[in-house]
Amino acid sequence: MKREVPLIITMVTGLFLALQYYSPHRLSAHIYETLMDWLIIVGVFAIMLGILGLLRQHTDKLKTRERNWPYSIALLVGLFGMVILGFWGQGMGSPFVQAYFTVLNPVQATMFALLAFYIASAAYRSFRGRSVLASILLISAIIVMLGRVPLGEIIWPTVKIGSITIPGVTAISDWLLNVPNLAAKRAIYVGLGLGGAATALKVVLGIEAPHLRG
Amino acid sequence: MLKRVFTKEVAGMRQNQHRWYRSVPPLALIPALYLVFLVSAFFPLPSAAIEPPTALAAYDTPNDPGGSITLTWELSPNDRIPEIGEEPGVLLLTYGILRSPHPQTGFNEIDIVLPGISEYTDDTADDGVSFYYIVEARGDDRSTALTPVVGPVKASGQVFDTRKTVLLIFMILFGGSVLFLIQRARAGKELYIRPIPGLAAVDEAIGRATEMGRPILFVPGLGVAGDVATLAAFTMLGRIAHKTAEYQTNVRVPCYDPMVMTIAQDVVKSAYLDAGYPDMYKEDDVFFVTQDQFSYVAAVNGLMIREKPATNFYIGKFYAESLILAETGNIAGSIQIAGTDEIIQIPFFVAACDYTLIGEELYAASAYLSREPPLLGTLKGQDWGKAAMMILIVLGVLAATFGWNAFVDFFATQ
Repeated sequence: MKREVPLIITMVTGLFLALQYYSPHRLSAHIYETLMDWLIIVGVFAIMLGILGLLRQHTDKLKTRERNWPYSIALLVGLFGMVILGFWGQGMGSPFVQAYFTVLNPVQATMFALLAFYIASAAYRSFRGRSVLASILLISAIIVMLGRVPLGEIIWPTVKIGSITIPGVTAISDWLLNVPNLAAKRAIYVGLGLGGAATALKVVLGIEAPHLRG
Repeated sequence: MLKRVFTKEVAGMRQNQHRWYRSVPPLALIPALYLVFLVSAFFPLPSAAIEPPTALAAYDTPNDPGGSITLTWELSPNDRIPEIGEEPGVLLLTYGILRSPHPQTGFNEIDIVLPGISEYTDDTADDGVSFYYIVEARGDDRSTALTPVVGPVKASGQVFDTRKTVLLIFMILFGGSVLFLIQRARAGKELYIRPIPGLAAVDEAIGRATEMGRPILFVPGLGVAGDVATLAAFTMLGRIAHKTAEYQTNVRVPCYDPMVMTIAQDVVKSAYLDAGYPDMYKEDDVFFVTQDQFSYVAAVNGLMIREKPATNFYIGKFYAESLILAETGNIAGSIQIAGTDEIIQIPFFVAACDYTLIGEELYAASAYLSREPPLLGTLKGQDWGKAAMMILIVLGVLAATFGWNAFVDFFATQ
């Protein structure tokens, strides 16, 4: 029963949600919205579970003086500090909002800014022309990058010689993005769509339930 | 409203009773009338009064949840933009939509529609109640003209959206073929799966972690439990946790979503139980971090730098954080295997990871790793679906090229 009941609930809910997509009726929409409300309620309880788990993990680290325990102090101070500041109101200029904009926001921006450096290092590794395919990737990347900036059209403009038009870097870049690149993307989308549907089918029919093994 | 229009007409007739032509001798009118006839034949004057729209139809809005009636009509002849230099005559200003529960009386204006529009959806109709409609053309000279009354029409909700018929057919065919292939696989039919390097490397990666005595990091991404990519992550986590339990290696799972965390805890616990090592399971290895994107990235990056996991798995939904995570893992010297359905993030993983699961390879993990017949059957079903899609694409191209529009229209969905 411990395995069968969850499987039956999954199957019934999964089949309903699959068929609900095809029905515009109010009753169907109402049941769907109710299920989504339940999901939010379950999510709220799950957040409480998550925070409790986090607290337990870090208080245990402090108690046992585990390696890197000072980081746990930073986490607990941040967590409880923001909760306490929240009691002083949440309007503009309140301590809570001040802490958000002066501490959390710059830290997040710093993390995001790291992406620029990582893109450069990843691009350097990827675009080395070590093989024919890597060289094609390198040339395509240069063309696309040039085609995306106004300077590219100045360096490599479209030229007309009589009735013949030699395309510029922007036109070639657009072609690369809209033809071979888009074809590959669509092929991946088709695979993802079918794979996703098959995975959903496996879960709904109980063929695969990794949380119910054992 | 009808009463108002009739009253206007009667008043106009009364005003016309005393006119100048009453003093002109009747015989003198004949050549004058003939002249007017000739002039009007060659130089037609714009119509003097506004004309109503025609072909008014009202029907229950198809494929809707109910409470809606659609009206369509053909534009009034006065609903036009005059040519340059042309005498404009009376031009239409608006269409008034009048509705009543009775055919003769009680018509009230429910809305106005601008010129050039020949369709209106009444979203205020109650289901099961009969309504009658009139559309009133209103000219810039304040004249009005009414269409005949149409109705009765009742609004109702539909159970099936007919625009999605083709999708339903494809879903049934696809689901049927998957079930058929599962049965075939269960009957012992050998099904071939092409080698997938990213999945073939999983055992090697877990073995490496065991040899090095370091943990394995499994990042399920930023998706919620209902995302298909996260479902795929759960199945892969189950297989990996089963192997780590056998190899006595630790697997760490930092979670972005608390619901994902609770399911991931169950998945890992079940896998350890299944492998026969329930005591090895530690609940704290699957933990919630935060629901803030870059705070999550900072926490996972810190974990990578401090604990130096031997192998990192990035399976699930990833956004801007994909490259930050993968590059940090690369700097930490971990073997990295990634898979996501976020197509924009795939190049970042390809650039920074050792193996990347592209497209449907993400969903093939459980079948590939377990080789269980039902799972192999679903994988084969995907291949059949792809073959069907390829045939349909070729047929669609041919149909569009040779103008066989019925075929193209059949696949059009909204």
